[in-house]
Amino acid sequence: MPDIAPKLREVFVEALDLPGGVDVENLKYRDLEAWDSVGHMALVAAIEDEFDVEFDTDQVIDMSSFKVALDMVTELKNA
Amino acid sequence: MPDLHGRVALVTGGTRGIGLATVRALAEAGATVVLTGRDEAVAKEVAAASGAIAGLALDVTDAKAVSTLVRAVAKEHGGLDIVVANAGVMEDAVIGMIREELVDTTLSTNVAGTLHTVQAAARAMLRKRSGAIVVLASIVGEYGSAGQTVYAASKAAVANIARSAAKELGRSGIRVNAVAPGVIRTDLTAGVEEGPVVEKTPLGRLGTPEDVAHAIRFLVSDEAAFITGQVLGIDGGLVL
Repeated sequence: MPDIAPKLREVFVEALDLPGGVDVENLKYRDLEAWDSVGHMALVAAIEDEFDVEFDTDQVIDMSSFKVALDMVTELKNA
Repeated sequence: MPDLHGRVALVTGGTRGIGLATVRALAEAGATVVLTGRDEAVAKEVAAASGAIAGLALDVTDAKAVSTLVRAVAKEHGGLDIVVANAGVMEDAVIGMIREELVDTTLSTNVAGTLHTVQAAARAMLRKRSGAIVVLASIVGEYGSAGQTVYAASKAAVANIARSAAKELGRSGIRVNAVAPGVIRTDLTAGVEEGPVVEKTPLGRLGTPEDVAHAIRFLVSDEAAFITGQVLGIDGGLVL
């Protein structure tokens, strides 16, 4: 699944309305105002829609960075 | 009547009583309505007869099932604009005769079930940063009722789910309100002695499911665009 990372990056930018220049790959929860608890829910929904996966509540809570999200999506797509 | 054409609505517990009246009221206003019920066959049958486009089986105590269903509805219909978290149970028991099972069932359905529904709805609505959610509280949750301690506790919790979720989701364009019906003529209140209630009610009658449904329809419409976090009593003035 080599295209997951760039697509996930696009989802982060769109769902969190990130400005250009943000280091998305190293982004962590609450690094930016846009990635607050409400932004997090929108982000989770956007990732679910884009990749046709479904996160359980523990995964939603544990999704603390772009890297963690990438691992989760990769794992779900490979399951 | 508000215009709900182009809106997609989900009503849990939509196969009878207030839920069914709400399905009809939303469909009448032009909304695309999906209803849920515990029994799939009943849900499908009621949907076909009530103006809903689909009737689906759902146990709201199952968080995963709620999340999956809400996502599926939003995906199939291009979004989700209205959610009415109506599914609930009511069983009376005086304090000395409250079984643990009654506590578990009531809290898991009325409180956790409502919470699961609001959570899933919010997730779906946050994509468009707009939406309206109504949860079913009760006059009993606001004022208490002898013999209904467990039910009253659960409905007080539901009212505060609405208030808290409204505070959290308002900035994202999602409104959350509750209705608090008084004594409404449904299966749940079949055992209530009508006379004394009517006597105490300024409007001089019991409520109907349609009375509640019309208030819900208002709350989810643009006519209520600046209303959120409210618990609207629909009780004919019984609490005055």
